[in-house]
Amino acid sequence: MDVLTLSRLQFAITSMFHFIFVPLTLGLSILTAFMETRYVMTGDTTYLKMTKFWGKLFLINFALGVVTGITMEFQFGMNWAEYSRYVGDIFGAPLAIEATVAFFLESVFIGLWIFGWNKVSQKVHAASIWLVALATNLSALWILLANGWMQHPVGYVLRNGRAEMVDFMAMITNPDGLLKFAHQLTSGYTVAAFFVMGVSAWHLLRKNETDFFIRSFRIAATFGLFSTVAVGIFGDMSAVEVAKVQPTKFAAMESVWESRHGVGMNLLLLPDPPNECNSVEGVCVPNAVSLLAFHDPNALIKGLKEFPPELRPPVLPTFISFRLMAGLGSYFILAALAATILSRWGKIENQKLLLKLLLYSLPLPYLANFLGWVVAEVGRQPWIVYGVLKTSAGVSKSVSLSQVIGSLVGFTLLYGFLGVIDIYLLAKFARKGPDNDLSTLIKPRGQEA
Amino acid sequence: MELQIIWFILWGVLWAVYFMLDGFVMGAGILHNLIGKSDGDKRVMINTIGPVWEGNEVWLVTAGGVTFAAFPTTYALMFSYLYSALFLLLCALIVRGVSYEFRSKEEHPLWRKGWDSAIMAGNFLPALLFGVAFGNIFEGLPMDGAGYHGSLLSLLNPYGLLTGCLFVALFTVHGALYLTVKTTGDLSKRARTTANNLWPGLLTVAVAFLVYTNFATRLYDNYLAHPLLMIVPLSAVASLLAIRIFSAKGNPLAAFTASSVTILTVVATAIVGLFPNLIPSSMDPASSLTLYNSSSSPYTLKLMLVVVAIFIPIIIGYKIWIYRIFRAPVREEDVLGDKQAY
Repeated sequence: MDVLTLSRLQFAITSMFHFIFVPLTLGLSILTAFMETRYVMTGDTTYLKMTKFWGKLFLINFALGVVTGITMEFQFGMNWAEYSRYVGDIFGAPLAIEATVAFFLESVFIGLWIFGWNKVSQKVHAASIWLVALATNLSALWILLANGWMQHPVGYVLRNGRAEMVDFMAMITNPDGLLKFAHQLTSGYTVAAFFVMGVSAWHLLRKNETDFFIRSFRIAATFGLFSTVAVGIFGDMSAVEVAKVQPTKFAAMESVWESRHGVGMNLLLLPDPPNECNSVEGVCVPNAVSLLAFHDPNALIKGLKEFPPELRPPVLPTFISFRLMAGLGSYFILAALAATILSRWGKIENQKLLLKLLLYSLPLPYLANFLGWVVAEVGRQPWIVYGVLKTSAGVSKSVSLSQVIGSLVGFTLLYGFLGVIDIYLLAKFARKGPDNDLSTLIKPRGQEA
Repeated sequence: MELQIIWFILWGVLWAVYFMLDGFVMGAGILHNLIGKSDGDKRVMINTIGPVWEGNEVWLVTAGGVTFAAFPTTYALMFSYLYSALFLLLCALIVRGVSYEFRSKEEHPLWRKGWDSAIMAGNFLPALLFGVAFGNIFEGLPMDGAGYHGSLLSLLNPYGLLTGCLFVALFTVHGALYLTVKTTGDLSKRARTTANNLWPGLLTVAVAFLVYTNFATRLYDNYLAHPLLMIVPLSAVASLLAIRIFSAKGNPLAAFTASSVTILTVVATAIVGLFPNLIPSSMDPASSLTLYNSSSSPYTLKLMLVVVAIFIPIIIGYKIWIYRIFRAPVREEDVLGDKQAY
């Protein structure tokens, strides 16, 4: 193990951990804002109870997401100093803009939302959670534009021994960044939809607070149906973009070794990287890969053999993650469709099988998010900036092996400990159900002023 | 004015504002168990911090992000050279943040005691580490063309530790004054007494720092060359004295304002002294990271200047609005009667 490998491992662990919390924040902020808005518009206190119940889970989740995000920003400098020096001129900008434009808004208004129940009017209070939701989504935009630049660098020149920005507009209209943003956003919404459906299903199976959880479930199911379909559409568009600008990643995703026209998709497939072929191939859908990649059944797909072995990404993890993610994505659409139909026009509380299925499906969108990032980041290897800078050239020169071992062990232990506590608290408050005593919330305002 | 100089000033301002705002959070956290006697006291203190700490911490994220965007070479070398110190800092800030969120989620006294200790450690450690890190930057880091020649232990040199003590003392007094303003009754009195008792200690550390700085660093060179700049350290000294005067007169809000100005001017004193270096080298002046040799291209600097010129005033606007909404002191009955409170 060397500094490079351990730094990569540390970045993977800390970003994956951060990413347990981010997708739920993206979606649950919107759902909570929607519930509070319904309360303000209708005065129906069930919506207020929903806001409090789902909002509490949102906050427990949110806290760890925020604090582990700082690690991400610092690590670029700590472990990837050569990368930061080389690309900071263009890569630093979206990160600084994210902090200025989005993160401030989010952090300031979350304070108002948590502590301001009796300090501002209902409308201002509801507006503050909308601002939080807007800001978390804006944060994602800038972070994904930064990541999109690593996937498909645009708007720069190599000058003065580094990549310098020459076209900001090119960077913020980079299709790789924008598609990643859309795909990620809707994946986050999917996580939130399945989270709310899963928790509601747990209570509905026990006949707790049936009215409250049916209504929560219905909102989440509809939101989930739109989200899962959108994830699929943006995912398809992302794959088309990858095929165009990152041929090595695309070939690994589909495990295509030989360059050919009209490549079909084998439903059964097992890559055999040492022998540069697939050991199992079967049940082929003709021309499907070409059609998906270039929307042309006879399009040429470049195989991995077209590229020298040292420029190919690890095939197995990229291929398996992509397959699993796509499979899960299809399942989510069907599950959300069934949930929407049965909660709108049937008695969802009696659909024990579907409720159980949705309860156990709660972790699956998280898994799909992880797998998607494995495809994006492992599939980009050996590049840290595709075609421009190798990952091995980006690592810090001054950091010693013992330092990285220390921080890797430290982060893993700390994150593990906090993760267990966070999940314990989420489970505790999710099981507890809504709080029916709203006396502290709807007391007359203006006393404190 | 040259773009790099504007960015150097902005860089300094961001750190100064960060320390002013997070300084009272750290100070209140350091005092968490010392002046918070009962569970009610502690919850009141957390509720004075709760609405604002996240927004305050974002100034650090912005300072980091701006260093990355405007001075990428400084960002890369500063963060990789100070690797282990920053690792500890991150752990402390993470623990601090979740402590506020988690503490009141369980009734068990051991749970709460555990998070109380976490609040203290998670606020004390960053104050100390920031001081040590900046003390070392003032001295210059042992770096040359071949790289970095220091370690976590070499950071803990006498001047670094003294700067660490200065930060801890400054933030603790600042936090005590914040709590004096933001709480009522006995708790507020205890906070005020604490601020008054700590102030002579702060003065001692500050004098020692000013004297030692003359021997350990070259921060005074710019002041000798341009005596008019002396107004910056002189206002730092004046506001430090004003803390005591206002606090003794029973005007905690003025004393808190004075401690805010003290932090801003202490950081400004150091930044003016560093100019044009962001990080001087203690081994080879030619290896110092300056605002010229470590900055981004003019294009990026201009672009980012437009972004901050638009958004920083907006941020300041809504932050002031939020502080006004939460300007009333937190009383124990507000917290105990409200299940939503932390």
